[in-house]
Amino acid sequence: MKEIAIVGFKQSDSVSDAGAVNEVEMIMPVLSSVFQQVGINNAQDVGFVCSGSCDYLQGAAFAFVAGVDALGAVPPIKESHVEMDAAWALYESILKIRMGHAESALIYGFGKSSPGELPIVMSQQLDPYYLAPLWVDSISLAALQARLMLDQGLITERDMAEVVSRSRRNAMNNPHAQLAGDVAPDDVLAEEMYLSPLRKADICPVSDGASAMIIATVDKAKEWGVPYAIISGIDHRIETHNLGMRDLTDSVSTRTAAKRAGMDAGKVEVAELYAPFSHQEIILSRALGLGDETRINPSGGVLAGNLMMASGLSRIGEVFNRIVSGEVQRGIAHATSGPCLQHNLVTVLEKA
Amino acid sequence: MANLAAVVGIGQTKYMTKRLDVSIAGLVREAAVNALQDADLTWDDIDAVILGKAPDMFEGVIMPEAYLTDALGCNGKPMLRVHTAGSVGGSTALVAASHVQSGMFKRVLTVAFEKQSESNAMWALSNPQPFSTHLNAGAGGYFAPIIREYMRRSNAPYNVGIKVAVKDRLHGARNPLAHLQKPDITMQEVEDSFMLWDPIRFLEACPSSDGACAMIIANEELADKSAKKPAWIRGVAMRSEPTMFAGRDEVNPQAGRDCAADVYKQAGITDPRKDLDCAEVYVPFSWYEPMWLENLGFAPEGEGWKLTMEGATSLDEGGDIPWNCSGGVLSSNAIGASGMIRFAEAARQVRGDAGAHQVEGAKLALGHAYGGGAQFFAMWVVGSEKP
Repeated sequence: MKEIAIVGFKQSDSVSDAGAVNEVEMIMPVLSSVFQQVGINNAQDVGFVCSGSCDYLQGAAFAFVAGVDALGAVPPIKESHVEMDAAWALYESILKIRMGHAESALIYGFGKSSPGELPIVMSQQLDPYYLAPLWVDSISLAALQARLMLDQGLITERDMAEVVSRSRRNAMNNPHAQLAGDVAPDDVLAEEMYLSPLRKADICPVSDGASAMIIATVDKAKEWGVPYAIISGIDHRIETHNLGMRDLTDSVSTRTAAKRAGMDAGKVEVAELYAPFSHQEIILSRALGLGDETRINPSGGVLAGNLMMASGLSRIGEVFNRIVSGEVQRGIAHATSGPCLQHNLVTVLEKA
Repeated sequence: MANLAAVVGIGQTKYMTKRLDVSIAGLVREAAVNALQDADLTWDDIDAVILGKAPDMFEGVIMPEAYLTDALGCNGKPMLRVHTAGSVGGSTALVAASHVQSGMFKRVLTVAFEKQSESNAMWALSNPQPFSTHLNAGAGGYFAPIIREYMRRSNAPYNVGIKVAVKDRLHGARNPLAHLQKPDITMQEVEDSFMLWDPIRFLEACPSSDGACAMIIANEELADKSAKKPAWIRGVAMRSEPTMFAGRDEVNPQAGRDCAADVYKQAGITDPRKDLDCAEVYVPFSWYEPMWLENLGFAPEGEGWKLTMEGATSLDEGGDIPWNCSGGVLSSNAIGASGMIRFAEAARQVRGDAGAHQVEGAKLALGHAYGGGAQFFAMWVVGSEKP
């Protein structure tokens, strides 16, 4: 099967309120950056384009249509869109390259979450007949999940605080982070409860921003003459939507996806996990069996800034950055979708 | 070179204004189960599910694939959700096909749906946006001036759209799944129907439907031993262009012409009118038949309406290139599913399984979908013979 290389990645700053910047203006700088990294001009120079976004963040049907304005799609281009995190747009792009209909692809994701009330908006992702009418917001569902873990003795509040502390400290080295600082676990525990058992620090912030990536066949990457990392495996799995029917303290689909993506074939030096809540990072790292040899979320993860519809792609980009900088040889990235980690994608990246 | 792939199962629901007897999950499951039965397969035979629908606001459910995974037997499998505006049913089929054509999957299920009765599409399309001009017109209001421009350019007689409206409803009367059943429709009746968006009359517009369409796409090895005759995928193409740019031809968009040229090249088609046996083309407003006849190369520019008026696209008049034998979008419009229905109906024709709207001996058929401001295009060519 055709090997796929990542050749460029850029994430915008994660900001709490992008103000009057519209979606196209949010996308343009990250696109320009990846075009520049690869040495190409615009979307005309790649074989396929795929994006991820969510209409409900913008509050309008067809949020992605305006995105096409950022591409320079005259003459027309081969382009598609997923109403999912852009990590799944990457997945679709890989299919396109493997079937031989493109040699390269541009992928981007964007979300401007600040204008709405994100946790309540996301309640409308639930079963429309039995759950959505209750307006159960995404934070409340995560709180129930954390409570299950605490009650079963699987974690302590200090474990959660340690995740937050590590995220804040790691984020000090991430210029795009929204929340960073020398925060100790005790500082987190000293915070008041927000939605028991979650403190505000256990919850990712609401953020605006975008990210973009370019992938290509290895031949094309060599032709472009830019540093690249190899995607040696990618897989994703979804689980039941009925929260009462799955073990919320585990993530079976993450484990399955990692296995099928070939995570176990080598050492995992770094793992970027899409964990919007502190306890979910623990669920994910345990599901993946990650040990001391793995650095988890050196970027600070999404607790440091959560670009809806782009965070999953950004996790992959973060690992790519560390591989091409020579810091690590092999790592994994995870993306999630749906309430309480319902749908999970795992990508394995390796040094070329 | 892409791996070979073929449609080995097709399932649809009956299209109607309101499916009050089923939930959204019940609707998609009905189409999926019909496809599994058609293919003589079970849920365990499916490796992944690819779901498509138009904007989430049409039902008011954000990313409904999360909720629909249980109904679609997808738990523990990959689920992908495609959204490319009105072309989505077609692009979803193409993304599903790419799962198999990439060699990464053996057999996948793809489903597209819309349950318009759950919400209000006109409202969903008319939300004011802070940085844009407010267009409170719906789809018909958007396309009416473009149709008017086509009429001006081509000097087509005023009743071409009326003819298409009658022809597609007579086709629909042969298809028990079609939403509108009007076997006695006349040109006069269409002409007398009230003007909605001048020049589009009420009966020249598509209905608003609930419905779902599903297909099972398999690799060569599995298609070779499929229960019923497979429809081999001979070409796949997508193109997009921006909604507005200086010099854009909205009547005859470049993206549509490029997309057609790409898919024809893959399928070895040089003269679409001659080489294809029939086509299922996204015609939500009557005049889009002559417009797309030209855009897709079935007629020279300015002459598409002549094919329509000669009856070339009519099954009932024995036309040489019947378009929309199923009744088309003018007879059933479950928006997100409409593109996939075109793709599936093209496949039904080459499988020889189209019932009373079968084109006798059809061997090669085009499935077409478009969306947005006629800027997103998805097409495939399917054939009865393995390429």
